[in-house]
Amino acid sequence: MLARRIIPCLDVDAGRVVKGVNFVGIRDAGDPVEVARRYDQQGADEITFLDITASSDERETIVHVVQQVAEQVFIPLTVGGGIREVADIRRLLNAGADKVSINTAAVHRPELVAEAAAKVGSQCIVVAIDAKQVEDDAEYPHWEVYTHGGRRPTGIDAVAWAQKMAQLGAGEILLTSMDRDGTRIGFDLELTRAVSDAVNIPVIASGGVGELAHLVAGVVEGHADAVLAASIFHFGQHTVAEAKAAMAAAGVPVRPAREAEA
Amino acid sequence: MQSVAVIDYGMGNLHSVERALRHEAPPGMQVLLTSDLAVIREADRLVFPGQGAAADAMRELRTMGLDRVLPELAATRPFLGMCLGQQILLDWSAENDGVDLLGVIPGRVERFPERAIDGDGRRLKIPHMGWNVVRQVQRHPLWHGLAAESWFYFVHSYRVMPEREEDIVGETDYGQPFASVIARGSMFAMQCHPEKSAADGLRLLNNFLRWDGRW
Repeated sequence: MLARRIIPCLDVDAGRVVKGVNFVGIRDAGDPVEVARRYDQQGADEITFLDITASSDERETIVHVVQQVAEQVFIPLTVGGGIREVADIRRLLNAGADKVSINTAAVHRPELVAEAAAKVGSQCIVVAIDAKQVEDDAEYPHWEVYTHGGRRPTGIDAVAWAQKMAQLGAGEILLTSMDRDGTRIGFDLELTRAVSDAVNIPVIASGGVGELAHLVAGVVEGHADAVLAASIFHFGQHTVAEAKAAMAAAGVPVRPAREAEA
Repeated sequence: MQSVAVIDYGMGNLHSVERALRHEAPPGMQVLLTSDLAVIREADRLVFPGQGAAADAMRELRTMGLDRVLPELAATRPFLGMCLGQQILLDWSAENDGVDLLGVIPGRVERFPERAIDGDGRRLKIPHMGWNVVRQVQRHPLWHGLAAESWFYFVHSYRVMPEREEDIVGETDYGQPFASVIARGSMFAMQCHPEKSAADGLRLLNNFLRWDGRW
């Protein structure tokens, strides 16, 4: 049976992992290679790098990060942030990324998704959707797509947008609830379920995880195919192996974590 | 010097495959990423990866003249097909309104059925994307050191349906069991991506790089 995936997400700024990752036994937790390797050892199913570098001068550094990690970590790697055109996608794939995630650029120019899927294959194209609940109607909830890291509303309905992206050739949807992101109170399960049930491609739930039960709920109640989390894996709060154990205990099929090496 | 050639026929990003092979190659073994027919013929072992549409792949292979020589090469040295490189080995694919393939292994390539349901009652999405179990259904030297049920990473919408049970060495469940790994003589081909399947995937590649091609 296909396993539900657990995906640690790392924010990378100018070539370094930021927001703090604190593994016991690693001297320099900011080194993306070290961090990725440790998550791999814990049984992470994939790793996502979010390039939050603001300065365009330093954009190339993410390419080097991907190169270094891909030499040593042999699980799927996704890179998001700052991707505007097919050439950006190619550069990252050539460096060793397996997938790229496109957000704002897809809203600006939806054809980019179709062009990219035709060039490099749908399996490489993740469309990231930042969604926020529209407050006018609590009985029939709906959500709006935001861009620019959740700062700009677009007026686009998130569920319809996910369907459109799937139609244009997205291989996967990375769905982040702007209402929940950073709150640590759990995924927006209604949003996750609405999107996951509306499309026939995998949906990765993101935004709001504060404890392991939230990951389980994302899959069981939110119908997510994969769950992405950042902060609970940082600072040693939980390991990926513990997340897998919690999922398995709830009857969710997971790829078991390897025996701990450290 | 021993060499392994990754056949580059313009279908997908092959750097991950190359990197993983380099990681596992014994000292002195050359790892080549090439579209040069002469180099491919000279290599001691061949890796045939690929992602994308079957019709595009067959067009590229014909242009390069590979369609005529690959069946013989696959029969005469250790040969590892992956993903689309596995599917191309069968007779025919339903993709792109029907495509004739290389015909090394008798059988067809069909899309997963729409609206199938998994063991836990969930609708199965297409592509089949993520980690799933490969269940060994026959002994094979490339399984050395791997558990009888090992996890591998998959991304695909079509899967092979070999005619002969003897060609199937690994099965995976996605709604129904399907043939995820096939083999015949010196040819071994898997739908999943060993280059992205962590320690078990590397182990399989390592086995391949040391395999004498006998089964």
